Amino acid sequence: MADPIIRVEHLSKKFGTNEVLKDINFSVQPGEVISIIGVSGTGKSTLLRCINLLEQPTSGNIYYHGTDILSGHFDLAHYRAKVGMVFQSFNLFNNLTVLENCVVPQMKVLKRSREEAEKIAKDYLRKVGMVQYRNAKPSQISGGQKQRAAIARALSMDPEAILFDEPTSALDPELIGEVLDVMKNLAASGLTMLVVTHEMNFARDISNRVIFMESGEVVEDDTPEVIFGNPKVPRTREFLNRMLPKEE
Amino acid sequence: MPKTFWEWIPFLWKSYWPLLLKGAWTSLYLSFLGTSIGFIVGLLVAIVRTIPDPPKTKKVRYWVLKVVKAFLVAYIEVFRGTPLMVQAMVIYYGLMKFASLRLPLIVASMVIVGSNTGAYMAEIMRSGIISVDKGQTEAAVSLGMTHWQTMSSVILPQAIRNVLPSVGNEFVVNVKDTSVLNVIAVSELYFVGKSASGTYLKYFEVYTIVAVMYLIMTSTLSRILKHIEKKMDGPSEYEVLKEEEDENDG
Repeated sequence: MADPIIRVEHLSKKFGTNEVLKDINFSVQPGEVISIIGVSGTGKSTLLRCINLLEQPTSGNIYYHGTDILSGHFDLAHYRAKVGMVFQSFNLFNNLTVLENCVVPQMKVLKRSREEAEKIAKDYLRKVGMVQYRNAKPSQISGGQKQRAAIARALSMDPEAILFDEPTSALDPELIGEVLDVMKNLAASGLTMLVVTHEMNFARDISNRVIFMESGEVVEDDTPEVIFGNPKVPRTREFLNRMLPKEE
Repeated sequence: MPKTFWEWIPFLWKSYWPLLLKGAWTSLYLSFLGTSIGFIVGLLVAIVRTIPDPPKTKKVRYWVLKVVKAFLVAYIEVFRGTPLMVQAMVIYYGLMKFASLRLPLIVASMVIVGSNTGAYMAEIMRSGIISVDKGQTEAAVSLGMTHWQTMSSVILPQAIRNVLPSVGNEFVVNVKDTSVLNVIAVSELYFVGKSASGTYLKYFEVYTIVAVMYLIMTSTLSRILKHIEKKMDGPSEYEVLKEEEDENDG
């Protein structure tokens, strides 16, 4: 196996006495598209937030190309620029236009010139179909458009991997498709993606690996064919029976 | 000699208008400078007070920040908890007594109004900062931006926009409240009114004029501030651009 981008070892997270993540182990290889599925409240989002250090893990290690990101001397800004994040609630900067949302972080964090940053931003906005709306403020566009712009913002940092935290859960049903299409194209382009999702079709058809979590633990970690076709753990099967309509 | 109220008003205005206008001007620029200083002080105080606590392992940083924050809380308590008029007396005569410092009246006024407004502004700004959605900070952090970069490019522009009505309010309050500076003999509008009314003992008439002048100043200000708010919001519409009309979209 190649050198993993991210390796998580014995990760656990407690909020007070409530253990949300229990001894999580897995690694992310370049080019993998991993879907993390499971019922709400099993720690899927917390896992992503720990990987980006928006939450401090209680114990365990997270390695980025073999370097421990939790050791105090690590260049966190660089790491966060290289491992992007897309949020359920979009979190576009409300005071900036769509274009500036993609430009300002590049200039501040990667020290790119304005011309270079704008060129890169426009390229990615074009990719997600938002280049025409670059002068709009976040309050002036729809949820699906916001999420596509947020994806362009993450891409503008030239990340090695992007973490998606339930990117379509806050969207109206008719807007989910446009965001999933963008994500599908990204997956096809070879971007490494770690996606917490309730979209079972995405998990089954687009990702090349699926992690099923329950009560803060990884229950099963396998290819979508195995998880959706013939899961080894009964709990996975029970979950999928509830999630997927029978008539298929 | 004029007889009725309606004769006195133009008479007094004719005799004292240069003095009254000068007093109004003093009130206006003192409150403008005092509010501006207070705005900057409040902004800095609020920024420091919203720095997240560093981990206890970093002992020096942890304690320095803790002491600074405690000092700032004390500052806010003292200046919000005592009347501006009393602050003026204590600061002006205190400096004279202990530092043998006779500040020019204007400078002293600025220090007094600035510190007083700063205390209120600090809380106004803090409320503005915490009113900005936490997701904004998380997004900035997840992109690798530092605390300062997040503050200056994302949080403060939104926070300041949100508190602009309160900042305008403080300005208007200051136009009126600078009148208490007459206790240290600053010749602002109220003080000028006192001298003007003394000659003919026409208190009611002179202070009616003074009241109208205050009202004109404050209502004009409110209007200007409304306009600035609108400006800050930017255009309410945007143009859907064609794919490649990049170079000529100004």
